[in-house]
Amino acid sequence: MYWTCFVGVLKRELLRFWQQRSRLISALVRPLLWLVVFAAGFRAALGVAIIPPYETYITYEVYIIPGLAGVIMLFNGMQSSLSMVYDREMGSMKVLLTSPMPRPFLLVSKLLAGACISMLQVYAFFAIAWLLEVEAEPIGYLLVIPALLLTALLLGALGLLLSSFIKQLENFAGVMNFVVFPMFFLSSALYPLWKMRESSEWLYWICQFNPFTHAVELIRFALYGQFNGQAALVTGLCTLIFTSLAIWGYDPKRGMVKRKVGG
Amino acid sequence: MSVPVLAVEQVGFNYGAKQALSEVTFSLSPGSYYALLGPNGAGKSTLFSILCQLLQPQTGSVTVNGINAAKKPRQVLKQIGMVFQQPTLDLDLSVEQNLAYHASLHGLSSAYTKQRINEELQRFALSERRKDKVRSLNGGHRRRVEIARALLHQPAILLLDEATVGLDQSTRDTINDHLRQLCSDSGITILSSTHLIDEVRPTDELIVLIKGQIQLQQRCEEAMQALQLDSVQALYRHFHQQGEQ
Repeated sequence: MYWTCFVGVLKRELLRFWQQRSRLISALVRPLLWLVVFAAGFRAALGVAIIPPYETYITYEVYIIPGLAGVIMLFNGMQSSLSMVYDREMGSMKVLLTSPMPRPFLLVSKLLAGACISMLQVYAFFAIAWLLEVEAEPIGYLLVIPALLLTALLLGALGLLLSSFIKQLENFAGVMNFVVFPMFFLSSALYPLWKMRESSEWLYWICQFNPFTHAVELIRFALYGQFNGQAALVTGLCTLIFTSLAIWGYDPKRGMVKRKVGG
Repeated sequence: MSVPVLAVEQVGFNYGAKQALSEVTFSLSPGSYYALLGPNGAGKSTLFSILCQLLQPQTGSVTVNGINAAKKPRQVLKQIGMVFQQPTLDLDLSVEQNLAYHASLHGLSSAYTKQRINEELQRFALSERRKDKVRSLNGGHRRRVEIARALLHQPAILLLDEATVGLDQSTRDTINDHLRQLCSDSGITILSSTHLIDEVRPTDELIVLIKGQIQLQQRCEEAMQALQLDSVQALYRHFHQQGEQ
């Protein structure tokens, strides 16, 4: 019964994703711009020293691959959050919430389904990067799966949490300014943190407290067959906290109560 | 007297300082059609949100076939089919895909889902449109798909929250005929809220809700007879004025 329900939710997300193929293209345009255009400009300006997990000098393009994979998932998490706010405004969220399945199970199913879509997008990005000769170790593409899944769950859970508190679609623009961009720029996605520390100690510490930094590092290490315990712990814990808060936010005893249903 | 399929007792709900429902009490017998009549803002949607567990009542209780909704919400939701006021179909998916999604949310097996989809599409004369995207259907067909979807898991009660709003008169009539037919054929209990008086028929059981309070629960023709009124409109006007006082 639970499996049938999960498969149904996953199937719906995949069908919707297939119906909105332009979503895949727009999800790939942003990281590819960074990889092809920005990286070309930054390559000369930014020297990347040998830092773990790398064992030799690497190009800037290679450095930013894990960060850009994270960015795809970050934007996808926010996209799912946006679509949940839209679904709630349009009413289709009610169909999910009136299912006799336990609400936490339904929300986690939705989260997992969104994570699968995120991972599909990341692998499409890896494939294009590989064609552009920006590659990780071949086995890394397999070993990175758990790290990608955990990151996708973290960012999906953050999106779910935001969607439980955002009352209207119009408020969503603020999420881009106050959540997505700070999370992206205040992380190790585009530059190593030692570089950030050279410029500003306090910015460095903000980056250290950003869960997205740890998610990116988790992916970076996994791509090279290494396990970053601290990154895994922070990413896992934050996923757990965000998911629990989101489930609390969707509790009929509170979240929806504040919204006037009308009639 | 048979056990009511739905019993609402002393239910109250406020949005902050604004009272939406106050001591609402009524019950529904199996296999009957109930029209819940009330003006906009009477509390109908709030009541429906409570019945389908989107909101929890601040006072009072709801029981479905003797099961307390606060204690066993999942058992209650299995017995309720809901058609919301807002359209809730996924426009980019086909009719069949929308129905299959709902069936999966109720944990129905794939073989049973297939069988139930066939039955409901046939009942609502939608078999030909099963592969069509919902976006390509007109408003009346979309509503029929939503009703078919709500019936897939064979609920004991079908709740319709202003399900015919925005449709033309003939489509509304067709859907209302379908619903009453459904009631007599399958023995399901239907509670349909509306602010459109012409949708209520003299043979319906009538519940009038005004300003969050129940003003009447009686068979429509009996209430008209008792008050010596000659139309549903006059009956409604009578209770509306009473509620306003």
